[in-house]
Amino acid sequence: MRRSINIWNGIDKITILLFLVMVIIGWFNIYAAVYNEDHKGILDLSQRYGKQFVWILATFVLAVFVVIIDNRFYLFFAWIIYAILIFLLILLLLFGKEINGAKSWFEFGPLSLQPSEFAKFGTALALASYLNNRRQELTKLKVILPAVAIILLPAILTELQPDLGSTIVFFSFFLVLFREGMSPFVFISGLLMVLLFFLTLLINNLYLEAGLIVIAFFLAWFETRKFKLYLIGFGISILIGAGLYLLDHYLIKSLGNELVLLITLIMSGLAFAYYIYVKKAIAIFFIYLFLLGSILYINSVDYAFNHILEPHQRDRVEIMLGFKTDTHGTGYNVNQSIISIGSGGFKGKGYLQGTQTKFKFVPAQSTDFIFCTVGEEWGFLGSFVVIGLYLFLLLRLVFLAERQRSAFSKIYGYGVISILFTHFFINIGMAIGLLPVIGIPLPFFSYGGSSLWGFTILLFIFLRLDASRTEYLV
Amino acid sequence: MKDTFVIRKYVIIGLIVLAAVALIIKLFIIQVVKDTYRLSADNNVLRYITQYPARGLIYDRNGKLIVFNQAAYDLMVVPVQTGKMDTALFCSDLGITKDVFRERMKTARNYSRRAPSVFLKQISAETYAKFQEKIFMYPGFYVQPRTLRKYSKPVAAHLLGYVSEVDEALIKKDPYYKPGDYIGKLGIEEAYEKDLRGRRGVKIYLVDVYSRIKGSYADGNLDTLAVQGSDIISGINLDLQEYGEHLMQNKTGSIVAIEPKTGEILALVSSPDYDPGLLVGRIRTENFARLQADTIFKPLFNRAFMAKYPPGSTFKPVNGLIALQEKVIVPSTKFNCDHGYLFVACHSHSSPLDLKGAIMNSCNSYFCQTYRRILENPKYGSVSEAYEKWRGYLNEFGFGKKLGSEFVNELPGLVPSSAYFDRYYGKGGWKALTVISMAFGQGEIETTPLQMANYTAAIANRGYYYTPHIVKSIGADHRIDPRFTIRHQISIDSANFEEVILGMEAAVNGGAGATARIAALNGITVCGKTGTAENPFGENHSVFIAFAPKDDPKIAIAVYVENAGFGATYAAPVASLMIEKYLKGEITNKPLEQRMLELNLVDSLKVSETKH
Ligand SMILES: [Zn+2]
Repeated sequence: MRRSINIWNGIDKITILLFLVMVIIGWFNIYAAVYNEDHKGILDLSQRYGKQFVWILATFVLAVFVVIIDNRFYLFFAWIIYAILIFLLILLLLFGKEINGAKSWFEFGPLSLQPSEFAKFGTALALASYLNNRRQELTKLKVILPAVAIILLPAILTELQPDLGSTIVFFSFFLVLFREGMSPFVFISGLLMVLLFFLTLLINNLYLEAGLIVIAFFLAWFETRKFKLYLIGFGISILIGAGLYLLDHYLIKSLGNELVLLITLIMSGLAFAYYIYVKKAIAIFFIYLFLLGSILYINSVDYAFNHILEPHQRDRVEIMLGFKTDTHGTGYNVNQSIISIGSGGFKGKGYLQGTQTKFKFVPAQSTDFIFCTVGEEWGFLGSFVVIGLYLFLLLRLVFLAERQRSAFSKIYGYGVISILFTHFFINIGMAIGLLPVIGIPLPFFSYGGSSLWGFTILLFIFLRLDASRTEYLV
Repeated sequence: MKDTFVIRKYVIIGLIVLAAVALIIKLFIIQVVKDTYRLSADNNVLRYITQYPARGLIYDRNGKLIVFNQAAYDLMVVPVQTGKMDTALFCSDLGITKDVFRERMKTARNYSRRAPSVFLKQISAETYAKFQEKIFMYPGFYVQPRTLRKYSKPVAAHLLGYVSEVDEALIKKDPYYKPGDYIGKLGIEEAYEKDLRGRRGVKIYLVDVYSRIKGSYADGNLDTLAVQGSDIISGINLDLQEYGEHLMQNKTGSIVAIEPKTGEILALVSSPDYDPGLLVGRIRTENFARLQADTIFKPLFNRAFMAKYPPGSTFKPVNGLIALQEKVIVPSTKFNCDHGYLFVACHSHSSPLDLKGAIMNSCNSYFCQTYRRILENPKYGSVSEAYEKWRGYLNEFGFGKKLGSEFVNELPGLVPSSAYFDRYYGKGGWKALTVISMAFGQGEIETTPLQMANYTAAIANRGYYYTPHIVKSIGADHRIDPRFTIRHQISIDSANFEEVILGMEAAVNGGAGATARIAALNGITVCGKTGTAENPFGENHSVFIAFAPKDDPKIAIAVYVENAGFGATYAAPVASLMIEKYLKGEITNKPLEQRMLELNLVDSLKVSETKH
């Protein structure tokens, strides 16, 4: 008994309180989202709010279980838990039930389970266990690569279902790697690649490449500050470019502007190589390499998009990225979602007064679009409060993570933060049209047993670890 | 251990705070700054009008239109938007009383004050035209266009099913449906509901306080278009269907005709039937109640796959087939018949007969002895084991189980298991003679006309069938449910089928003793078998199964005429006329047709029913 008393004393009550408040607010919102006047009883088991109630009760039991288990269990069994969940993801591809073209669910009679929701805490455990003894070593490639593999394995398996939303969530674990010392350069490059990817699809490649070249020359000028030399370099490039252009225009006629640009860049590079070599101008070298890399990347993205993808796949990507609106499919959802949130105004329409909801205008309103109900019925005030709750929870978790003595607990804590943060930001961002539509649930709010249980286990393992933070884990 | 990356803690905190701030700013813009979205909060300003898609059309196999749509108008009301108006004028325009008005308003308010509900269903086009001009005088009311079913001919009610409004229970079960939606019931309408219904759309309009539409909201960008339902090409031959119903007038019974090569149902008649137009629109409820109240003729009861009859002598070919396959007889095996066998009587004919002669003459003795050999086959350890083997063959023909057509309420019929007899007579307490009546299709066995037609198709195909189905293809891309393209092979050699078919050919086209000569046609070799289904409640039912032409079967048919006695008398001529109609398009034996049309088996039934 003494032990459980210790756990109760050590566990963070503020987080538990936040958790309870969110689950209960979530449940009332699901009630509002599926509310219909014939089934007023909130415990009506034929309705989603009734079922959610059962899942909430179960999740409380689950939370207690997670907390009474010895904290060392999670460290020792981290890899086994990870292995089991990976195995389930593989089984899913073979035996999963296909719903809307994706094999994301196991079906056992009336109960459906979505293993990717549970793979999240499994991956967090494995990552924490792996980095436990390699804290400050994330600058070394041989330490980084296995860590990346731990993250990519479940990510790839979920993408095979396919479930893009969950896959993206797994990538949020890179935030943990960042906190543990992985070079920010990796992130900046990553972000640049994402940005370039969007820009490639969005604007004319030539303009984009010209823009990059201008930026590169600007950076080079900033670096050398030698006007004469700079002008010579600039001149060489212009000459090569113009020469090639004329050659193609009158003689070859088959290169095309993009190839001319690429060859110009490579040839100018050869000319600059002498200068770089003599002066040991490492910065110029990197600027050049970055430019060349970006332009090759743009060309390959463009090629892949226009030549490898089928037209319907291109459509899907474009709709998903929001370049095309599809008033029947996802575009329609977002429009309806923004309308219902926007119509909430400052104070909202009041609980159960949401009219958009009643007409079933927003699909998936109890799952991925649950925030619509908050926005419509509770207005800006309610939305502010919900975002505030998340902000409070996330900052509280950062505080808890930072006070850990054990590396394992701290890294796991950042895993929890990354997952919850990504879900929170993407889900609400999507509902209000800030981000493209990526169907992932809002933690503790959305309807569904798997996601609720997954998030509960994720959070409570951390609370359990935190409760015995004074003990040293082996 | 020193944490060299402690500053990154603040980067992460910064990221989280930044994300939250970004969300709040965007929310502030859409919820507080911009009023475009807020407008939609105000139901006085926006009106959502559901765009009901036109239900898919239904065609016959030759592209003749069977079911199409006609316009109708529902008068809708949104209680919170109603205001001062001339109620008396309103009521007189619509031809309703003030009490009805008050009651309807109360119902609408009880349903929802904000959501629209139907005030008056399916008002006529004239009322609509008159009303539309004055609609601005009645705030809160508007007209919603709907479509109702219309039929090119008053036939095929049982095949087509009907369309009705969804009820409470269904709305609970399937979240797609909302009050006021229509849904297909029975027949094609139910089986292909998901294809036929299409998808609802919604148009958002700006309306003023007088309920006048001021234009579409947000340039229609937020509207969704309704998607029209898929058209369906059925396998029905509309002319044949109509002719079949015509022939069956004043009789009770059923006709099922199948194209053997595909399993497509060419015609499906259940008599008495009703005009499908009776179950459309506002008259539906009343007519439905009336049809349901007719407990003597049960016009809503689909005999074709819900009535169970003993198959009678039409069952003899299948017993012949099983006996050949089990090698207990060969085609030349002969059996004596002295006006019967043991306690089973037979009519007078030449004796002894071989298999062909026995089918042609429909000899009971022959099949009793054949059936004994099947059940007393020394290959099997016991009668019960041999019986189960026999039952296995029957299942292969589709007896004793649901065939799996689109008809949800199709009955499986009955081929009792040996356990059934064990329960009655004790294990080992029954012998071949105990169940001998099944040799000629009497006793415990029960089949539906649909099963009999399918069985005939399997014989016509010499050993296989496709699950009978009404629909040939769905939608513009001509989809078909894959379960109808599976070939069900029966484990009986096609050579054995040829032997039995010779007997069925002789039954129609043979010389003295042929039982179904009345069904013979000029220029077409019809193969058939008569049957008489025992009816403990009155006159026996006349049964006939047939297919034609013999060598390249285009039609397989089963005909049941209730209370008509021996199979050859009524069922065989009806089948023969149907075959000729389908294959030739015209009837050569006009006197026979006339006789069948004039035959009235219903009035006498009415008299006897009233006597009881
Ligand atoms: Zn006989």
